Amino acid sequence: MIKAILIFNNHGKPRLIRFYQYFAEDMQQQIIRETFHLVSKRDDNVCNFLEGGSLIGGSDYKLIYRHYATLYFVFCVDSSESELGILDLIQVFVETLDKCFENVCELDLIFHMDKVHYILQEVVMGGMVLETNMNEIIAQVEVQNRLEKSEVRPFLSSSKSFPLIYVFGFSQVSAIKYSLSVL
Amino acid sequence: MSDVVEKTLTALPSLLSLDSQPGSAKLSTNSKLGSLIRGITELTSKHEEEKLIQRELSSIKEQVSSPNTTMRQMKELMVRTIYCEMLGYEATFSYIHAIKLAQQGNVLEKRVGYLAVSLFLNESHELLLLLVNTVLKDLQSTNLIEVCMALTVVSQMFPKDMIPAILPLVEEKLNHSKEIIRRKAVLALYKFYLIAPNQVQHIHNRFRKALCDKDPGVMSASLHIYLQLIQENPESYKDLTASFVTILKQVVAGKLPMDFNYHSVPAPWLQIQLLRILSLLGKSDQSTSEVMYEILDESLRRAEMNHNITYAILYECVKCIYTIHPKSELLEKAAKVIGNFVLSQRINLKYLGLKALTYVVHQDPRLALQHQMTIIECLDHPDVIIKRETLELLFRITNDQNVTVIVEKMLDFMSINKEDHTTADLVGKVAELAEKYAPDNEWFVETMNTVFSVGGDTLQPDIPNSFLKLLSEGFDDEEENKKLRLFAVNSYISLLQGEPSKLPQRFLQAICWVLGEYSHLREDVEPDLVLRLLVKLLNIKSTSSETKSWILMAMTKLCSGGAPLSVPLEVSETYSSSMDTMLRQRAQELQYLSQNPELQARVLPRGVSQEPMEVDSSLSFLDGFVSEALAAGAAPYKPPHQRQEELSRSKALSLEPYGLSLPISMSSCSIADRQSPTLLSVSSGLSGDRTDHSHKGGSTTLKLDGVRRVWGKEGYLAQRESAEETAPVEAPSPLQPLVQQGDGDASYSQTPTPIPECEQEKQQLASSLFVGLASQSSVCLMGKSEQTSQRFRRKLKDPAASFPSSTQNPLVSPPSSVGHLLLDSSISSDLISSPEQTHLSSVDLTVANGEVELPDRDMKGIKSTLLREDSALAAGSSPHEELDRPKDSCLTSHLPAELSGLPHSEITPLCTSPSLDLSSCHVQKDDSLVLLVFMKSSSDYDIQQIQVQVTCEELEVSCVCDSPVEELKSHGVVVCQYFLTVKSPSVYFVLSGMMSHQIPDNSLQETQFSHRIPLTSFLRPLRLSTEEYGTMWLAFSHDTKQNLPLMMDAEEPLTATLKVLKDKLQLHVVEIIGNEGIVACCLRQDQPCLLHCRVHAGMLAVWLRSPIPELPDCLLYHCQRALQES
Repeated sequence: MIKAILIFNNHGKPRLIRFYQYFAEDMQQQIIRETFHLVSKRDDNVCNFLEGGSLIGGSDYKLIYRHYATLYFVFCVDSSESELGILDLIQVFVETLDKCFENVCELDLIFHMDKVHYILQEVVMGGMVLETNMNEIIAQVEVQNRLEKSEVRPFLSSSKSFPLIYVFGFSQVSAIKYSLSVL
Repeated sequence: MSDVVEKTLTALPSLLSLDSQPGSAKLSTNSKLGSLIRGITELTSKHEEEKLIQRELSSIKEQVSSPNTTMRQMKELMVRTIYCEMLGYEATFSYIHAIKLAQQGNVLEKRVGYLAVSLFLNESHELLLLLVNTVLKDLQSTNLIEVCMALTVVSQMFPKDMIPAILPLVEEKLNHSKEIIRRKAVLALYKFYLIAPNQVQHIHNRFRKALCDKDPGVMSASLHIYLQLIQENPESYKDLTASFVTILKQVVAGKLPMDFNYHSVPAPWLQIQLLRILSLLGKSDQSTSEVMYEILDESLRRAEMNHNITYAILYECVKCIYTIHPKSELLEKAAKVIGNFVLSQRINLKYLGLKALTYVVHQDPRLALQHQMTIIECLDHPDVIIKRETLELLFRITNDQNVTVIVEKMLDFMSINKEDHTTADLVGKVAELAEKYAPDNEWFVETMNTVFSVGGDTLQPDIPNSFLKLLSEGFDDEEENKKLRLFAVNSYISLLQGEPSKLPQRFLQAICWVLGEYSHLREDVEPDLVLRLLVKLLNIKSTSSETKSWILMAMTKLCSGGAPLSVPLEVSETYSSSMDTMLRQRAQELQYLSQNPELQARVLPRGVSQEPMEVDSSLSFLDGFVSEALAAGAAPYKPPHQRQEELSRSKALSLEPYGLSLPISMSSCSIADRQSPTLLSVSSGLSGDRTDHSHKGGSTTLKLDGVRRVWGKEGYLAQRESAEETAPVEAPSPLQPLVQQGDGDASYSQTPTPIPECEQEKQQLASSLFVGLASQSSVCLMGKSEQTSQRFRRKLKDPAASFPSSTQNPLVSPPSSVGHLLLDSSISSDLISSPEQTHLSSVDLTVANGEVELPDRDMKGIKSTLLREDSALAAGSSPHEELDRPKDSCLTSHLPAELSGLPHSEITPLCTSPSLDLSSCHVQKDDSLVLLVFMKSSSDYDIQQIQVQVTCEELEVSCVCDSPVEELKSHGVVVCQYFLTVKSPSVYFVLSGMMSHQIPDNSLQETQFSHRIPLTSFLRPLRLSTEEYGTMWLAFSHDTKQNLPLMMDAEEPLTATLKVLKDKLQLHVVEIIGNEGIVACCLRQDQPCLLHCRVHAGMLAVWLRSPIPELPDCLLYHCQRALQES
C-alpha cells in the first residue's frame, strides 16, 4: 500500500499532498516537514530509498523519492510494495504530467493542483496502484478534459482509441507564470 | 529553472493580451487562485503567510455561505480551499460545502467536490455520512465518469458502517462492460475487504471471476486482493498456484497486448505482483514450490539487465527463490543475481543487493563471505542509507568472534548519525549483541556505557532493565559475577566523578542502582564517597524527579553500610517535603531506615539474596489493618471495574436517560477504560491509592517483566564451559586497533575472493568481520540463533528455582511484613504481574495459608488455580474423566446418588485438621448449584459432633441437613450438601467456612477454610425466542459494552466465537443474523442477562444487558477470559 504521496519543491513548499491513511492536519504538516528534512539533505548521487522516519509508521515503511529539477516526488510505502517498481511508477507519473502539461514545471503543479490530483487518481486509487500504462492514464484524463472543454456531458467511447496527447488550452495559464517567475 | 523562464517569456505576449479580455471565465478563476499564490510568494515570513491565508479563508467562508454563490463559483472557491489546506490551514467550514458540491454540481463541479471531500475528510468523519446518498446516486448514473468518480472516492474512504448500502452496486460493477469500471470496482471491493473483511466475505468467488477477467487490467487489479488474502491464509489458495504460474508464463512470454509493455518489458508491475504471490504460496511447501521452479527460471532468464524495471523483477524473483522450498540450481542463479546487485555501480541496486543479502544470509552465509570486500566498502559508503543497511547485514552475521568489530562499527555510525529513529534502533541492536556475545566484562560494561550515553532518553526501557537483571542475576561463576559488578562500580564512580550532568537520565538511574547495590564490593572506597557523589547528582538541576527517587533508594541501601548519618538525614529532610509523592516516600524510607539499623538489616539484607523469596501477593499481612479500618467505619474496598461501573451508571443516568445506544458513547467511555478487568484488579490488589498512582506514573521506570531473554538454552552451557576453559577466546577491547584482530584466523586463508595487496587494511577488517562465517556455515547465523556460544549465561538452575531469581533483585527483597514501605511499587507490581512470579507466589500461598483459592482481588495472581477451575468446567460435559488423583476417585464414589449423573467440578481439598480432611466440589444442577463438602476422617477413632458452616455474602447458602453430623466413623466419609443461589453477582464467589468437631478429650476443635466458585458455575442457558429476547432487551436497564477479540482464523468468526462462549459459559445462542448474534443466559430464572454481539472492525462488540446491576460486568469478565484462553 502507498501511504502518502508528497510533492514539494526544493524549499519544502508543498505542491501536492495526498494521504491514503488518515493523519490529523498538524501531523500531516509535520510529516511533510520531516520528510523534506530527510530528503533534502541527500545528494543526488545517493540511493532513492529512505527507511521511514519515526512519524509515518516506523520501520516497516520507507520513502521512495525522485528529485526532478525543482521538485521532489516522494512516495511513502509499506513493505508490500516493490522499491524499484515504485521508483518507476514515479517516473511514469512524471512522464504523464509532462505529456499532459507539455514540459511540466513547478508552476503547472501550483496552478493546476486539481488537475494533477485527477491525473494521480488515475495512477493510484486509494493507496493501490491502479494503472501503470501511461497511454491509458492519459486516455482517462482525456475523457475528463474533453468534458471540461465543452462543458457538455460526453459519452465515453472506447478509451484506447483516443489520440495520445490532447493539448490543454493552457496558453493563458502560462501567461500568469511570467509574473511569478519574476518574483 | 531556465526552462521555466523560457516558458514564461514565450507566454508573455498572451498575458498582456488576455489582461484586456474581461469575462474569460477560465482566467478569472485562475487569477483568483493566482493572486493568492502570488500573494504568498511575495511574503517574507511565516507569520505574514498565516495572516494572508486567514484573510483568504475568511473571505472564502463568507462567499461559500452566501446563497448567491453559484456552483461554478463554488468550484473555484473549493480549489482555493484545497490549496490552503495543503499549506496546513484547516478550513473546516468548507467541508460541508465540498459535500454539497459533490451532491449538486454538474460533472465538473462534482469532480472538484469529490476531490475536496477525499482530501479533507477521513473515514470516521461524521460528515461523510452525508456523502453516502450522493455516492449511491452516482454509482447508478449512466454517465461513466460519474461512476468512476464515485468508485474513486469510495476506495479512498468510506464510512465502514455504510458499506452494506453500496456493496450491491459496487458488486454489480464487476460485470460492467467497461474495463476501467470493472477495475475500479475490484479495487473498491479490496478496500472494503481491508476495512471490513466480514462485509465482503460472501463475494470471494467474485474475486475469482475478476482474476479470470478477459481484460488484463482487471486481472492485475484483482491481484491486489489475492496478495492480501494469501498473506493472511496461504493454505486456502494453494489451488490457484497453477493459475498464477500460467498467468506469469503468459506475461513473461509477451502474450499481453503491447500496451502493457513498459520499456519493452511486458507488464513489469504485474510480474512483480505475481512473483510476490508465488513466494507466499510456495513458502515451506515443497509440492507447491515445484510447480513454480520452471517459471522462476524462465523469469530470471528473460529479465535481461537493461532497465531499472527489470531489476525490480529480478529482485522479486530472487526473494521468491529464497523464500520457497529451495532448489539448488535456482539458488545458484539467484546468488549470482544478488552478486550482480551488490557489485553494481548503481546505488539503488547496491542497496537492494544488501537488502537481499540480509534476507538470505541465514540460509546461505557463504554468500556474505563471497562479497565481504564489497560489504566492507559499503561500510564506508558516503550514503548513510547504504551504511545503515550494511550494519543491518553485519548484525545478522555477528558471532562471538567478530562482535567487537561489528559493535565498534555500529557505535561509529551512531556517533555521526543524528536521526533519533535510527539511533534508537541501533542502540537496541548493540545492546542485544553485547549481552549475547560480550568477550569480557570490561568490554561489556564499556559498551553498555556507550549504549546508555548515546541512546540517551530515546533508549527503549527494556535495555537498562535487562542490563540490571543481568548484573543482579549473574552467571555460573560467583567470582566472575563479582568482577563484573566491581568493574561496573569502578566505571560508574569514575563517571560520576567526571561530569554526570551530561549523562542521560536512564543511565543515571542504572548507575544509582548499581552503586546502591554493589558499591560495597569495592572495599577501598568509603560509602561516604559514594554518598557524596550521589548528593552531587541530586543537586544537579537537570536531574529528573524520577532519577532522584532512584538516588534516594540507592542512598537507603548505602546507609546500611555504616555510612555516617548526617548526609542522608540532611537529604531526607530536604525531600520529605517535596511536592512529588514518590520522592517524599523515598525520603521517608531513607530517614526511617537509616535511623533503624535493625530494621534496615531485615529489609535490605545484603549478600544473602540467593534465597528465593516469597512474595505475598494477596497482601494477607494487611488483613488485620483492613479489618480494623472496616471496624472503624471505613468503606469496604471495591475493585476498580466495579467503581467504574458505578461511575458509568451514574453517568448514564444524566446523559443517556433512555439508554439509547450511540456508537460514540460506546467507544469513548466504556471500552477504553475497561479493556481488561484483570489488569486493573492486579494493580488494585497491591494496595491503596499510592500504588495505583505510582503504577501509572511508573511507565517509564524500569520494568523487569517481559524483558526479552536473549541468553541461550541451558543445555548448551556445560558444553560451552568446558570449551571455554580449554581455549579462552581472546578478544581485544574495541579501542585496540583492528589489525590485531584477525591474526591466526582460519577463515582468512579460506577467503574465496581474491584480494589486492594494497588493501591490506580492508582485508584485515574483512577477516575480523567475517570470522567464523565459513567454518559454521551450516549453523544458523541469524542473530537469534541459540546455538552460538555466549559468554553471559544464566545460571544453571532447575526451572522452579529460576523463578525467584527476578525477585532477588534487592529492590524488592524486603520481607513482606514491612515490605510495602520500601517496595518500589511500580517495579513490584510489574514483577507480580509477570506470570512466572505470580505462579510461584500463588503456589506458595496455597501451601502457606492452607487456602484453596485466593481472594478475589488477586485475580491475575492465581493463574494456576484458574486453570484448574477451567479443567473442572471442562469436565462438566464428561464428569468422570478428570479424576486423576486417587483421593478424588475415592471421594467421587461418595457423591450422593441423585447428583452422581450431573457434571461436577474437580474435588479440591479445603482444609486439614489432625483428624479430618475436608474437600469440596460443586455440582451443577439444572436450576441450582450444589456445594458438596466431603469430610474424610483420617484418625483411628470416631469423631463426634462435626459441624460445618458455610457462608458467603453474595450467595444464599442453604444446608440440606442442618443438624451436626453426629458421628464419623474412623476413616469414613460424610458428605454435606449446600444449595447455593446467587444474591448478587460477582466474578468469583468466595465461600468461607468453619468446621468444628470434638476431639477425644471433649474439647472443640475449629478449622477455617474457604472455597471459591466462579460465576460461570451458576450460569445456565436461557432459552427464548428472538421476539422474547427483543421485549426483554428493552426492559433491562443495566448495560455494559466492550470489544472482545474475535476468532479470526475460523471460517465464520462470529459463529465460532459464539460457539466458544456457548460451550465454555453455557450460554444460549438465540439467533445469528449476518454479522450480529444474540445470546442469552441466566443465573436464576429471574436473573437473566442478554448479550448482543456484533462483528465490528475485526472485533466482537458485545453489549450486555440485565436487570441485575453487577451481572453484565461480571459476565463480561468471564467472556473475555473464555475467549482469551481459546
